[in-house]
Amino acid sequence: MRFLQNHPQLLAQAYNLTRRALLLVRGWLQPGGRMQRAFVAVEAVSKGALFDCRMCGQCVLHSTGMTCPMTCPKNLRNGPCGGVRLNGNCEILPDMPCVWVLAWERSKLLPVYGSQILHVLPPLDRRLEGSSAWINDFSGAADRAAAGWQLP
Amino acid sequence: MRSGSRLEKALRAGRFAVTAELNPPDSADPQAVYDRAIVLASVCDGINATDASGANVHMSSVGVCALLTRAGYEPVLQVSCRDKNRIAIQGDLLGAAAMGVRNVLCLTGDGVGTGDHPEAKPVFDIDSMQLLRMARMLRDEARFLSGRKLDAAPRLFLGAASNPFVPPYDYRALHLGKKVEAGADFVQTQFCFDVPRLRQFMACAQPGPAPKSFHPCRRRPAALGQGRRVDAHACARRRHPG
Repeated sequence: MRFLQNHPQLLAQAYNLTRRALLLVRGWLQPGGRMQRAFVAVEAVSKGALFDCRMCGQCVLHSTGMTCPMTCPKNLRNGPCGGVRLNGNCEILPDMPCVWVLAWERSKLLPVYGSQILHVLPPLDRRLEGSSAWINDFSGAADRAAAGWQLP
Repeated sequence: MRSGSRLEKALRAGRFAVTAELNPPDSADPQAVYDRAIVLASVCDGINATDASGANVHMSSVGVCALLTRAGYEPVLQVSCRDKNRIAIQGDLLGAAAMGVRNVLCLTGDGVGTGDHPEAKPVFDIDSMQLLRMARMLRDEARFLSGRKLDAAPRLFLGAASNPFVPPYDYRALHLGKKVEAGADFVQTQFCFDVPRLRQFMACAQPGPAPKSFHPCRRRPAALGQGRRVDAHACARRRHPG
């Protein structure tokens, strides 16, 4: 697992393949209902094992070197806080490497998506917690930031 | 001029500006705030009111800043994302602006585990980057994050924090660039002891979108008695403010 986490380019390729496959059955991927429940179960197991996923329902792994930012105890989506320890570990969980130290190193390994770590991401829609990120991706819910954020 | 604050005027004029932290009292007595402010005011352009620094409860930064504006001081309102969600923060920004507060420093905030209420719920609904963008939205677009229009926009000079002295070092300047993109007008750092590292950071910070001014936290002159104690104390506790 650690090998995959440290090779985000492989994870990004796996993501692209999965997305292409799911696009074929896009019509079935609707919020609510049995399909949503099945996806939530599969995502919880697969992404849980790969990313320690917290099921925020709005995956931004491409912006974070395929490192889940929700594992940061402060849930930071836009980069590290100023409290990172000198050994690169988290100020709140001293035995855990800072998610953003890892995200930055791994972003450098992502040729296509690596620079996305430089973009400011909008606040989470907390209503999507526990829902399927894939279904939210296809339905557009994952990209719908608060109305004020989207205005020019 | 975005806010017309004295701090903004000083920085835009290219003057060397000094700020000091006022550690809010564990007291409901306004005099406790004024006692602290008076020793700082004569030597600084702005007084930062911390927002439960180190996750320890003190008088709120909005309360302190409101008291300071009443007495004609120039406060910098520190806002952390640890204790309030986006609804409360926007309300506080409007309330503070109505009380005459013009400078806001947008912070993530320490984890609750370091403070005197480690059993509390950490909020972290938004992060400091999103807080900056949201405050800019209130000011420049006269809108809440929800898109709803304001009747009158707050005039704010928006600050971001940066810590060049902790990993990931080579990302720190880029991270600051992101904060500038999100809306930062001025920047305050942690206490700077590692001057070579600061130089390195400043060299990296140059080519990108530059903030209006950069404000490294410096040790204040030694001859200030109590003022120095307050400042050193506050800054020592802010070594990891997030």
